[in-house]
Amino acid sequence: MERTTLDLWVGIFVVGGIAALVMLAMKVGNLGTYNVSEAYQVHAYFSNIGGLKPKASIKSAGVLVGRVTDISLDMERYEARVTMSLDKRYQFPKDTAAKILTSGLLGEQYIGFDVGGDEAMLKNGDEVKMTQSAVVLEDLIGKFIYSKAEGSTN
Amino acid sequence: MPIMKSFRNIGHRVVSAVWRIGLATRFFLLTLAYSGTSFRRFHLTIKELFSTGVMSLIIIVVAGLFVGMVLGLQGYETLKRYGSESALGVMVALGLVRELGPVVAALLFASRAGSAMTAEIGLMKATEQITAMEMMAVNPIARIVAPRFWAGVISMPLLAAMFSAVGVFGGYFVGVIQIGVDEGSFWSQMQAAVDFREDILNGVLKSFVFGTVVTVIALFEGYDAPPTAEGVSGATTRTVVTSSLAILMLDFILTAIMFRGN
Repeated sequence: MERTTLDLWVGIFVVGGIAALVMLAMKVGNLGTYNVSEAYQVHAYFSNIGGLKPKASIKSAGVLVGRVTDISLDMERYEARVTMSLDKRYQFPKDTAAKILTSGLLGEQYIGFDVGGDEAMLKNGDEVKMTQSAVVLEDLIGKFIYSKAEGSTN
Repeated sequence: MPIMKSFRNIGHRVVSAVWRIGLATRFFLLTLAYSGTSFRRFHLTIKELFSTGVMSLIIIVVAGLFVGMVLGLQGYETLKRYGSESALGVMVALGLVRELGPVVAALLFASRAGSAMTAEIGLMKATEQITAMEMMAVNPIARIVAPRFWAGVISMPLLAAMFSAVGVFGGYFVGVIQIGVDEGSFWSQMQAAVDFREDILNGVLKSFVFGTVVTVIALFEGYDAPPTAEGVSGATTRTVVTSSLAILMLDFILTAIMFRGN
């Protein structure tokens, strides 16, 4: 088949379009930054998750180590069961504590890991035993008012 | 009786609109059925890719750049009030990838390439080229319509992707280089917030749907145009109006299906 400049232009067009898609995926999207293929799953129970959502980040020492994959209500304990997918590169001791924290004053909520000192490491399907629930602003204000009232009677 | 007459008019309009929708659907299915030629003789499709895709490149790239720059400027003004200028990248990228990229690129495509397709096919019909093809036992849908259809369907997602990519750089230019938002947080917050499957692939899917709809409307209007100068001009206008409205309505439906506010 004969080659024409028309084919060249169409080629440039198609390559440009695909390059734009790749650029969107790698530079704009999260495909280049976080890969979930090498991951293991652990879960934890919280009495209150506040505003935690699926896909929220899990951080240890401020470094992103995984994502929340699933949140459901456990009907035996009536607590929130949070399933987390952690990067295989990061191993945590069995007595690691999971806390629900907030980034900034109005930011989104994430799970922070406080690393323990156990020799055994968390494996796929394990449970993170020590958890700290989200801080609910109303509860906090309630406690504050209660302690104020108690203080003023003395 | 003038009242009876106006009722009859309305009825006639509704019936003919439904008739045309049926005709357009049959036309679309026929185009799909006779698509074999446009892949076996791929140079026909390449030629149309040039006139629809490549020729729309400049308008898409320039429009994308300016839309991104406006987003950067307006987004900064709004986000500054909440002290969250660092989220500018998220706003620009999500706005472009989810909505403005597919929609604005499709609107530009409808007025740049769609109207040209309608006018071309309408004139072919008016100068009896299509009748001549039928006389020579060449199927005009396979030879003329199907390559244009596939060229439109292929080029629309590529154009929308380029629009979004250039737009992100437009936002980067205004936000980071001109205003001075922190470059690191611009990109990293964007990457944290934009999901490949949720946002980018859904945007591509949207532009694919828009490409199909715009091209079918443009080709059908051209093929169905009365073979007069007036008829062709009317059909060209109808292409732009109908496909723009179809894009905006479909965009609402697709957005409601894809992003249900989770």
